[in-house]
Amino acid sequence: MATPTALLDELGKRYTLSEIHIQRDDLLFLKVTKPQAVRFLKDLRDDAGYTHLTFMTNIDYIEDGRFTLTYMLHNYDTHHEIGVHVDLDRDNAEMDSIHNLWAQGRTYQCELREMYGIRFPGSPGLDDDFCLEGWDQIPPMRKEFDIVAFSEERFGNRPGRGSTDPREHMGTVMYPEHRDGTEH
Amino acid sequence: MFEPAAPVDLSSGKYLKLWQGPQHPGITGNMSLELTTCGDEVVACKTHVGYLHRGFEKLMERRTFIQNFTIVCRIAVPEPTFNEYLYAAVVEELSGIKAPERAEWIRTFNLELMRLGSYLMWLGGVGAAFGQSTIYQWTVTHRDYILDLFEEMTGARVYHMYIVPGGVRGRLPEGFEDRARKVLDGVERLLMDVEKILFNNVVFKTRTKGLGVITKDMVDPYGITGPNQRAAGFARDVRRDSPYLMYDEVEWDVITGTASDTYERAWVRLQEMHQGIRIMRQVLDRMPTGGPFQTPLPNVLHWEVPKGETYIKAECTRGEYGYYLVTDGSQYVRRVHVRGPSYTHAIALMEKMAVGTNIADIAGLMVSLHTYPPEIER
Repeated sequence: MATPTALLDELGKRYTLSEIHIQRDDLLFLKVTKPQAVRFLKDLRDDAGYTHLTFMTNIDYIEDGRFTLTYMLHNYDTHHEIGVHVDLDRDNAEMDSIHNLWAQGRTYQCELREMYGIRFPGSPGLDDDFCLEGWDQIPPMRKEFDIVAFSEERFGNRPGRGSTDPREHMGTVMYPEHRDGTEH
Repeated sequence: MFEPAAPVDLSSGKYLKLWQGPQHPGITGNMSLELTTCGDEVVACKTHVGYLHRGFEKLMERRTFIQNFTIVCRIAVPEPTFNEYLYAAVVEELSGIKAPERAEWIRTFNLELMRLGSYLMWLGGVGAAFGQSTIYQWTVTHRDYILDLFEEMTGARVYHMYIVPGGVRGRLPEGFEDRARKVLDGVERLLMDVEKILFNNVVFKTRTKGLGVITKDMVDPYGITGPNQRAAGFARDVRRDSPYLMYDEVEWDVITGTASDTYERAWVRLQEMHQGIRIMRQVLDRMPTGGPFQTPLPNVLHWEVPKGETYIKAECTRGEYGYYLVTDGSQYVRRVHVRGPSYTHAIALMEKMAVGTNIADIAGLMVSLHTYPPEIER
């Protein structure tokens, strides 16, 4: 089994790799271009022993107008992990599906479609609800989704409970006769 | 490889659609299975999650690093400490903080005690799913003794918030080690009783042997880890393969099986409980009784973790549990992703394995995979 460094040298001849970062002896991150990504993942799985898709997730860099997908792969023989990054255009986020490489991939892709609005054409059940039923807002994990504004609009204070200040509530509702602050 | 379900014509009158959950004792937590049955055989299954979605990962992006440690324990209710440890570990790695050795021993004990408590709850669940509710009463009683220990150690029974970045919140109370040993002795006796009564029971054997077989070629495509994987013959365990805390300082065995059915998975977990007790006894014997248990942190109100990213994993009762943290140098996380084993076991795997199963065995099959929906929805 090739060492991670030898593996990178070998893969670097066939793929455009960038931002290679060795975080620990057993963990490194790198970036691959979007058109090469799925073929790169397949080669890691079939030729380099990274058979376990540990997880797949997304990072929102709203200030740069990009999403960065992360595929974390694990090699059970060397106990080494590679985090593969792929940049997507945030306004037109679409990526090739990996459900034919890992059966669990469709679950991750369904979640990423719901939470970030990323499309994975061909992924089975992509438009099924994952966690959110009847969601009519922007995908909630995108940075511009404001959970405070959403909560205040959707679940605002109940009528008759205008104040959340306990002192105000006690003074006006529970003990109005003592509102002047007299001690008893 | 994903295999689409065969189309079913519901109007033929041959099939019936049934919902199991989200409030069903045979489902480990709040999720539901949309089952299509033909007679008493399941021909299609679709899982539905989201009943416990509280958006933990999103919430964590809006809180400071120290505020987040009160949130993470809620992601897996029966096993909060794995979340505490992993969150602390990723923050420590990116901050360049090293917890003292005493804290590492205490953390090891804490995680193993949590594993035992969670397994006891699961063991009761699997007994109940196959008609032996007495087992549940026994195991939950002993889990309560474990919660007593947690209360002593941390001040809380369920959400401990004890493992914090930099170490643990406090030293162990006076006489704790002796009381812990007594609880472990009691659990060991209980496990021997359970082995006789549950694992030698003809009904349990008949119903679980051959049920829900995970073949070796399913392991990688479906991301199967933990006891579900070890019961299929793979001697893989994060504690052994990528040692963390003090696991490379203690002796224990990785338990594997061969049949990979519901019975074998239960058997592997039973043996792992014995191994957990073995680990904890060694930790109690070797744990330092003096020295610091907490490394000083920066001013946590203005704590800026350097830009970076990392992934750290641990072996929880259900398999590989991990935290992926991305920071940008600010006081807030850029992204945190929680990798829980239930995510793969309870959705893609369950949908595949339910097909062809008798409707009466669905609850037992679900329990045998040992999943917690909150860690799916995060």
